[in-house]
Amino acid sequence: MLDARIPPGPIEQNWDKCRFDMKLVNPANRRKHSIIVVGSGLAGAAAAATLGQQGYRVQCFSYHDTPRRAHSIAAQGGINAAKNYRNDGDSIFRLFYDTVKGGDFRSREANVYRLATVSLNIIDQCVAQGVPFAREYGGLLDTRSFGGVQVQRTFYARGQTGQQLLLGAYQALEEQLAAGTVTMHIRSELLDVVIVDGRARGIVTRDLVTGRITSHAADVVVLATGGYSNVFYLSTNAKACNCTAIWRAHRRGALFANPCFTQIHPTCIPLSSEHQSKLTLMSESLRNDGRVWVPKKKGETRAPEDIPENERDYYLERRYPSFGNLVPRDVASRNAKEVCDEGRGVGPSGQGVYLDFADAIQRLGLPTVREKYGNLFDIYERITGEDAYAVPMRIYPAPHYTMGGLWVDYHLMSTISELFVAGEANFSDHGANRLGASALMQGLADGYFVLPATVPDYLATTKLEPLDTSHPTFAAAKDDVGQRIEKLLEVKGNRSPDSFHKELGKLMWDECGMARSEAGLRKALARIPELREEFWHNLRIVGGGEELNQSLEKANRISDFLELAELMCIDALDRKESCGGHFRVESQTPEGEAKRDDANFSYSAAWEWKGLDQAPVLHKEPLTFEYVHLAQRSYK
Amino acid sequence: MNLTLKIWRQLNAHTAGKFVTYQVKDVTKDISFLEMLDSLNEDLLDRGEPPVAFEHDCREGICGSCGFLINGVAHGGHRGTTVCQLSMRFFKDGDALTLEPWRARAFPVIRDLIVNRSAFDRIIQAGGFISAPTGSPPDANAILIPKESADTAFDAAACIGCGACVAACPNAAAMLFTSAKLTHLNSLPQGQPQRDQRTVSMVAAMKAELFGSCTNHGECEAVCPKEIPLEFIGRMNRDLIRTLSRRRREPLVIAGVVQEPSDEEAQ
Repeated sequence: MLDARIPPGPIEQNWDKCRFDMKLVNPANRRKHSIIVVGSGLAGAAAAATLGQQGYRVQCFSYHDTPRRAHSIAAQGGINAAKNYRNDGDSIFRLFYDTVKGGDFRSREANVYRLATVSLNIIDQCVAQGVPFAREYGGLLDTRSFGGVQVQRTFYARGQTGQQLLLGAYQALEEQLAAGTVTMHIRSELLDVVIVDGRARGIVTRDLVTGRITSHAADVVVLATGGYSNVFYLSTNAKACNCTAIWRAHRRGALFANPCFTQIHPTCIPLSSEHQSKLTLMSESLRNDGRVWVPKKKGETRAPEDIPENERDYYLERRYPSFGNLVPRDVASRNAKEVCDEGRGVGPSGQGVYLDFADAIQRLGLPTVREKYGNLFDIYERITGEDAYAVPMRIYPAPHYTMGGLWVDYHLMSTISELFVAGEANFSDHGANRLGASALMQGLADGYFVLPATVPDYLATTKLEPLDTSHPTFAAAKDDVGQRIEKLLEVKGNRSPDSFHKELGKLMWDECGMARSEAGLRKALARIPELREEFWHNLRIVGGGEELNQSLEKANRISDFLELAELMCIDALDRKESCGGHFRVESQTPEGEAKRDDANFSYSAAWEWKGLDQAPVLHKEPLTFEYVHLAQRSYK
Repeated sequence: MNLTLKIWRQLNAHTAGKFVTYQVKDVTKDISFLEMLDSLNEDLLDRGEPPVAFEHDCREGICGSCGFLINGVAHGGHRGTTVCQLSMRFFKDGDALTLEPWRARAFPVIRDLIVNRSAFDRIIQAGGFISAPTGSPPDANAILIPKESADTAFDAAACIGCGACVAACPNAAAMLFTSAKLTHLNSLPQGQPQRDQRTVSMVAAMKAELFGSCTNHGECEAVCPKEIPLEFIGRMNRDLIRTLSRRRREPLVIAGVVQEPSDEEAQ
């Protein structure tokens, strides 16, 4: 059933061949086609702007007040590209190889190779748009290294790379708005995908200011709605990030792939209070110069500066001498958890490790460190009240990114015809663990280069019946959405939306977080339906549906998290191996590293929705590795 | 600590608003200002009262969603800090705080502390971009950019579009915002071909949105969470003079954003 539509032939030629084989739309005919893009982050804004430039009629939707608020803006560290400007041995093949290996051999080779190829064009495109990347004094672009690799291929704009890339895409999008090719719908949240004759032909949205529910028809629908780390309540994601768009598409027939593949980022500011509403990331780039350590002694009470060198355990440098502090994220996170579980964690809660810049400051001087990481040190100081130039930072892992998402083929089309999925919302490129600085690369690759090639092919080769929102399916979908909103408002119980979200998040963090066991997952699977039941009987929302109502928005998103969480646990239980960020305690090597089981689990797990009280059905897309030799990862 | 909050409540753009006073008890120092408001909202929900609507998203000072006045100062008056980054460490027991939305004619209130800032998007539409359609641009290193220019461009591009500069300005001018985007793009070699057109169009769009003009108070710079300097307004004015002296006087006409100048204005 699952055909990834990978072009035959050598991997280096796949994308070129695919592009040549694809049909084109005559420039004069493009304006006859309409395209809906949901989401205006890197993938969405880039796709909407580019398709608009090509001449299609694009409608772009965002729940924010302007496209520039999308959460891509918060990405700090950088964006990878195999430019080999440093002459340090980089190449397209090496970026491809690193990404497949870093993903612990659970990604699709052809997609990753394309990503590595396109990475070159992304940097060129962004520079042409005026993205102010860091420069050397000679005027050339600067790069730095990131986790999981041994070359310096990461381009950056101080600690605000995501912001600058998003503003580049946003500006291109605003130019198209002015040109009239793209229409922007702000403060509009997708609540359903409309399927007519098996094809995605439109969406239903709610205006967040007036509460009005509207449907929109088009020839093609693109979802670029981001990831679902907020299922954990506390994550580095922005507060509004949610799974509603992809989950409602899933309920309409799109398969959901590898939902349990979530990334726990190693360098976040530790939790300090029970009222805390989110966790803050400290860019992984800090691991370039910062050294991670904990005291050798359990229950150490001395201040870090009073602990002599020989009583410190630089555990990453000790265990992984060749990669040191730059091991991939999953490895760094798991090691931090281990040392804290041993009772050697630091800070008031004991859930933290030091990230120390003393050596870097001595080696590079304070001004250089400030220039490179100043804004990150500022963020840290504001939140913790501590000066990280003087005392080591304290960090701890936190949910950050979801590799899982809607299943897509090589053309980024989901299992629903005409429904394309891009960026973090799809599943394809990162396998079981994403390398640093690859999310921005993937979002922009999908948005600037992949969709603008594959969507037109679809339009050119498919005979589409003319359709507008008067079709009865649109009215039915609108009614469904209206009823669900009504149902939420009518519960009139006693618990706030946030209280359910916190409870769900805690459960998921404990049982489906950094380490997962069969017993824990079964416990979560027993509890989630109970919590969902309580949600629908004891939820309290004040106010109505026809006004700006932030508790209603939250409750609506949480209602989907409560369903997605169950699928994540089912997937985690089913995948009995450990791989990448998915660590099953039952499957580890004698040294405590993740142990894959390629004989039984070398596939992407794509789940089909069968109804709320029905078990989902598993479809497998077998993964073959012709170019990267399957091996147990080693960063020693 | 215990606080008294006087908060602006307004149901929507068409109804009048008023201040309502709330007591918030037992606030700990290790939470953020918005987390304190979260807990107030949980209490309100418990009592069956509508929670206070405020915008927020990333809660780390980069998305630009959040922002309101605390005792009349945009973002609360800590240098380089958005309200979401304000820690309750900065406040003390017994503080009485007045919270109100950005006040500017170009930013109508939507509800409570939420305002409509779409005028900023329209200023960007007028010219806040470099036209580089996705395709095959030159190699990234083919354009040499002196580090100083790249750094200036970055300093300006750091703007998060929160609107604090407008709220702080006695004239509700959007000149810091507009000049930041102009400085970003006009400092770069890639931005030169459209420099004159961009400058005159964005300035015209700013005027069309009913923002006021700068009279050098400097409040905008003081409250800007990204510390965008006032100097950029000077650069914008210099670019505007340069544009006019080069006889580019006509803004790009964009329906709904920048209109053709009326006869009266043309004189």
